Amino acid sequence: MKKTIITVVGKDTVGIIAKVCTYLANNRINILDISQTIVDGFFSMMMIADMNDSPKPFADIASELTQIGEEIGVVIHCQREEIFQQMHRI
Amino acid sequence: MINIFEVNETNKMIEKENLDVRTITMGISLLDCVSDDITRLCDRIYDRITKTAGDLVSVGNKIELEFGIPIVNKRISITPVAIIGAGAAKGQDDFVKIAMMLDRAAREVGVNFLGGYSALVSKGMTSADRNLIRSIPDALASTELVCSSVNVGSTRCGIDMDAVRMMGTIIKETSEKSDVGPAKLVVFCNAPDDNPFMAGAFFGVTEGDTAINVGVSGPGVVRRAVAKCKGAGFEELCETIKKTAFKVTRVGQLVAKEASLRLNVPFGIVDLSLAPTPAIGDSVADILCEMGLEYAGAPGSTAALAMLNDQVKKGGVMASSYVGGLSGAFIPVSEDQGMIDAVNAGALTIEKLEAMTCVCSVGLDMIAIPGDTGASTISGIIADEMAIGMVNQKTTAVRLCPAKGKGVGEMAEYGGLLGRAPVIAVNKASCEEFINRKGRIPAPIHSFKN
Repeated sequence: MKKTIITVVGKDTVGIIAKVCTYLANNRINILDISQTIVDGFFSMMMIADMNDSPKPFADIASELTQIGEEIGVVIHCQREEIFQQMHRI
Repeated sequence: MINIFEVNETNKMIEKENLDVRTITMGISLLDCVSDDITRLCDRIYDRITKTAGDLVSVGNKIELEFGIPIVNKRISITPVAIIGAGAAKGQDDFVKIAMMLDRAAREVGVNFLGGYSALVSKGMTSADRNLIRSIPDALASTELVCSSVNVGSTRCGIDMDAVRMMGTIIKETSEKSDVGPAKLVVFCNAPDDNPFMAGAFFGVTEGDTAINVGVSGPGVVRRAVAKCKGAGFEELCETIKKTAFKVTRVGQLVAKEASLRLNVPFGIVDLSLAPTPAIGDSVADILCEMGLEYAGAPGSTAALAMLNDQVKKGGVMASSYVGGLSGAFIPVSEDQGMIDAVNAGALTIEKLEAMTCVCSVGLDMIAIPGDTGASTISGIIADEMAIGMVNQKTTAVRLCPAKGKGVGEMAEYGGLLGRAPVIAVNKASCEEFINRKGRIPAPIHSFKN
């Protein structure tokens, strides 16, 4: 199963998680894990998601998530998990 | 499982510290394009390149998007043109025709450089080699994306001084015909077979039909890591550089494997290098400053660079299954704001740069010299750099850019990734009589390892 890491970084505000999760649910993307913290006063969230059942291609999901981020004033990245695995695990 | 801090660390490297995959380079063998007819040869070359590399750019862009890591350049390296053109090219003009066809093919597939307008003449020149070398000024002036290189020496063969003499004149002529021309021309000693970094890239005759080579870079990431070691001992400093180089190289390995799989082309090597760009913070000189030097070029620079180069290799080697190319720290002047500042401050001279090339990844790179520098002086600088490579069994190179009509201290502009450089002073004492001697310098004693 190819996993995707979705990161959300920005100023904390009401409804960030709700907005992102609604989008994921509407596009049949399953959330496997969520962790959230505040770094230097900034909201920082990471989700591990499974996109295999989503009908949309990766590129569309990534650009739509970026757009949602812009609407609520946070930066949203969507990346395949392998880049983090490669860098941090031997 | 990956945690949020690791994810943030990676993304910070990409967003704030300019971590990128510098290039995916597809090596393409053109050996079976050989013909005795120049038109047929050009047509075959065009077909081979456009068919083989047609998807290179789009696949690169897709990988970039999915992993969220910038892949700055997509490039092509080909079999040295002096070899494939030998049968068909009857003179310099025919070689220029090949160069123009290469430029067209590179444009068609959307890459930003194509390397391999090259000749390997470490022991002697065929008439085709001579014609190709003589055609370089016109070839580089009439193309935009083609890069050229000439290997004039090796530890095993010695230095072909006839070629060194010729290259002094060729570099001078190239600079008279085009301002950026010399920035696309490299003179090598001990050139590796598979080198994805321009301008010296070419695809060796010892390779298969095609290969995917990847060059990674990340001076900004290393600088940030070194900054955290302020006042720390050498052990901690070295460990930090090594760990950072490991992480950077792993990304290159991932991208190389993925590109190889998607393009159905064998994976060649990862070139693990610290290659600066003109962007602020993406500088190798800044790493040296972070280690405790006021400017690159200050006493201690050679030692600091030697350590940096070695740790980058040690960290990177374990991160990739195949490492090659020119792996190490590059010290071009025009492409590195810290180097430019050091020259402007009077801290960095061409002689100190030469000393630093004994321990860096390649050689004298992207250095602007006065436009009135004589051809024999350029040849003398090349000969010195080649001797360093030959004796120390390392790759060295020279990419000098005589700045037409400009004198010491004036700025020469090359644009884009090639950057800008202040014209540096060159020793004015003559070496003409030495350079005018014919023949070659024999291989050094330690080349006899059989």
